[in-house]
Amino acid sequence: MRNTLATQLIFDLSSPGRRAARLPQCDVPNRAVEELIPAKFLAQKPLPLPEVAEPDIVRHYVNLSTLNMSVDTHFYPLGSCTMKYNPKRHERLSKLGGIVDVHPYQHADRMQGLLAILYEMQNMLGEIAGLPAVSLQPAAGAQGELTALMVAAAYFRDKGENRRKVLFPASAHGTNPASAAIAGFDCVQLPATANGLMDVEELRKHADSSTACLMVTNPNTLGLFEKQIAEVAKIIHDVGGLVYIDGANMNAIMGITRPGDFGGDMMHYNVHKTFTGPHGAGGPGSGPIAVRDFLKPYLPAPIIEKSTAENGQTVYQLVTPEKTIGKVRTFFGNVGILIRGYCYLRTLGPEGVRKAAEHAILNANYLKAILKDILPAAHGEYCLHEFVASASKLSKEKHISAMDIAKRLLDFGFHAPTVYFPLVVPEALMMEPTETESKATLDAFAETIRKITEESAEFLHDAPHSLPVSRPNDVQAARQPVLSWSPKVGV
Amino acid sequence: MSYLFATATEEQAMLSRIGVDSIDQLLQQIPKPLQLDKLLDLPPALSEMELEQHLRQLASQSSGATSRMCFQGGGAYDHYIPSVVDEITGRGEYYTAYTPYQAEASQGTLQAFFEYQTMICQLTGMQVSNASLYEGGGSVSEATLMAMRTTGRTGRVVIAGALHPEYTQVLRTYVGHTSTEVIHIPVGSDGTVDLTKLAGAIDENTAAVIVQNPNFLGNIEDLAAIADLTHAKESLMVVSTDPISLGLLARPGELGADIVVAEGQSLGIPLQFGGPYLGILACRNDFIRRMPGRLIGETIDRTGGRCFVLSLQAREQHIRRDKATSNICTNQGLMALRATMFMAQMGPQGFKETAELCLQKAHYAARQIAAIPGYTILFSETPKFKEFVIQAPQSAPTLIEKVAKAGVDIGPALSQFAPIPGMPDTENLLLVAVTEQRTKAQIDHLVNLLK
Repeated sequence: MRNTLATQLIFDLSSPGRRAARLPQCDVPNRAVEELIPAKFLAQKPLPLPEVAEPDIVRHYVNLSTLNMSVDTHFYPLGSCTMKYNPKRHERLSKLGGIVDVHPYQHADRMQGLLAILYEMQNMLGEIAGLPAVSLQPAAGAQGELTALMVAAAYFRDKGENRRKVLFPASAHGTNPASAAIAGFDCVQLPATANGLMDVEELRKHADSSTACLMVTNPNTLGLFEKQIAEVAKIIHDVGGLVYIDGANMNAIMGITRPGDFGGDMMHYNVHKTFTGPHGAGGPGSGPIAVRDFLKPYLPAPIIEKSTAENGQTVYQLVTPEKTIGKVRTFFGNVGILIRGYCYLRTLGPEGVRKAAEHAILNANYLKAILKDILPAAHGEYCLHEFVASASKLSKEKHISAMDIAKRLLDFGFHAPTVYFPLVVPEALMMEPTETESKATLDAFAETIRKITEESAEFLHDAPHSLPVSRPNDVQAARQPVLSWSPKVGV
Repeated sequence: MSYLFATATEEQAMLSRIGVDSIDQLLQQIPKPLQLDKLLDLPPALSEMELEQHLRQLASQSSGATSRMCFQGGGAYDHYIPSVVDEITGRGEYYTAYTPYQAEASQGTLQAFFEYQTMICQLTGMQVSNASLYEGGGSVSEATLMAMRTTGRTGRVVIAGALHPEYTQVLRTYVGHTSTEVIHIPVGSDGTVDLTKLAGAIDENTAAVIVQNPNFLGNIEDLAAIADLTHAKESLMVVSTDPISLGLLARPGELGADIVVAEGQSLGIPLQFGGPYLGILACRNDFIRRMPGRLIGETIDRTGGRCFVLSLQAREQHIRRDKATSNICTNQGLMALRATMFMAQMGPQGFKETAELCLQKAHYAARQIAAIPGYTILFSETPKFKEFVIQAPQSAPTLIEKVAKAGVDIGPALSQFAPIPGMPDTENLLLVAVTEQRTKAQIDHLVNLLK
């Protein structure tokens, strides 16, 4: 039974004078506040925050949590987002004293254990990438892209080259062009071929001495490996440019092939996708970058280096690379997420890493196969860890859209796939089951989709039917934005 | 350890349904020469028990605030984290969910973020808040870029006095490739920005004046005066604040701030060596469409009932691509949720009492330290909140090491940063921060160690 009171706002529960927190008595000799801070700097009124009791807070937010679908509660085949199981042990271990309570300005001598973990993480990420120099600093994948592009810009500046152009395929993640623009580059979009892969001839036309970088996701957003990646990389390298691999889809290839081996010069990871950092309903993520050795001097500060002291002891130090671009965020990086990624890699080992990728591919291909009569994927005989199905035929014949299927799936307890991305596929449903789902779940999911396509279009347009809300009015939200609660006046 | 389901039999059944003999066959689209012919050079797999033993052993070679006495500051603080914060945010329904693209399946998260946005407005005195950015320094940079978009000015930004040196570095990285001039106005003899020099630096091309309050040296700036100077040239005032200080200090929104940013770590987020933290960004209503980051909006559903959605996405990278207001995609959702729990738990009274405890204890510590021969509290006449600068009789790194041996952490030393304009360039300066968690006995212990 759903608790309908939960849909009140916390502000509705507020009552003047009610409170949750008790603070200790002040145990040092007090002075009047006004003696310490002149009245003109002081608040005249208490903060208008809600005044609630602790049980209010607990019941309210626990009830709200039940209105979410999550990996812990539902199958979440959100393509491109890699929603795999988040191992519980990581939550406990990332909260150990000596990890969770280390101040960012703590002296390196008193956090050798933590630095050892992060140093090993640097190395493992370098090994998986085939690109040895790693910075753990970027806070998210998109910041990793931006950081790498700044590294590229610094590298070209150093060489006295003024390269303005960044190329990317039409199916690129939106963050690629946005990052390139923020790093000061001009963006050039390349169309794809009919088979969903990069158009090498088109690339040749645009690759020239003004090209700084090609940004490419491999496997791409259709779940296909860019077969000609080595040739593509050569074209870019021949004009003196760099190849950037968007690592969003690393779950498909880790342990099988490496960006550094297929021509990439730089890449970012999404630790929260590939290495099981939980997504936190939108973050935090962590977006380390790996680059070739010649780009290492430009990495943001600090990175960790290991040396041996005179007494033979191993010492880990925070080091500023010699030509660093500076800093892209305060302090070291999203350490709490990196620790979870570290735990994942240490429990998988080399065999486990490869097996995880293989089973992600197995699951995606199986789902693709059992759905092919209802929701065919236009590209590729086989996919890697994800594929893009199209509801185009259903839309034409039965007026059932990708969104209708997505919304109705929610009624059956399945989170929806990614819809309407990539834009190159009409009525796109992008599905990524990940390796941490069973055949039984995939069978049930496919069977549910089959049932849905037999329902009436009218019924589906109004789906979901069993969730707390249905089909929010996005247009109204955008036209008349209400972005915070305000008290009703005169009631 | 493995997280896979498929047994050998199941795997075979799946492969035959796909129409292949082996997983290898599915990999054929990856050209053979590009495939690894050996396993990666990674450490061997550990069981849960081994992993835990390994990590406990490493963690024991580190130590943090819970086993030591933390008087460290410089933008990250050892504030108390109420139990509800970990309990609620530890629920899988929150931490294992994704960005709420499907509103119907995400009302919990969406409503919690809407409440976060509201509480941030209540805290800062602004009209609109986004649903979080990466951290404090990034928020300063994003606010500055936002001020450029809003004013149409790209010529100059002015840093007013003692902005966190790492925020300054991040900002310089973000605008490094542009022709924007970053002018850094020194602090005057009282440790706050020199207002005369500031007035002279703000011109018709200045997009933003960026000021931190309390500033990096712990001193309280005259925001109202800075706002007047800024607005006289129709520039925007970006205020970076310490959220805990707002339990006592007037809210930046009431003093003329156009954009308020903050490091939200103080609001229930552990130190964890610098991240994940929480970037707060709030602004005036008229800048909504130029804000970076996610925004949650209230609307109605098919039946007319109240609900929440990701809103105003037309600003974002997945629609506007290279014209987007920022490249930000993931935010710090779970950290925003922690801050929400923290703010709800504290309420107006808890905030006030926490801030008062910080104020009283920091001043007590400063008085005691000032009384030790050889020590000076810089800018002792300037109002300050919970952090202050000590001039020690010896080099700060040496002193920090000396007290560290006794389990007490102070600092950072100012010499570890690029010089703050206007500050004496000496090895002997360091910061000391005192939160509500420090007891009189701990402060007295520190004072004894310094003697």
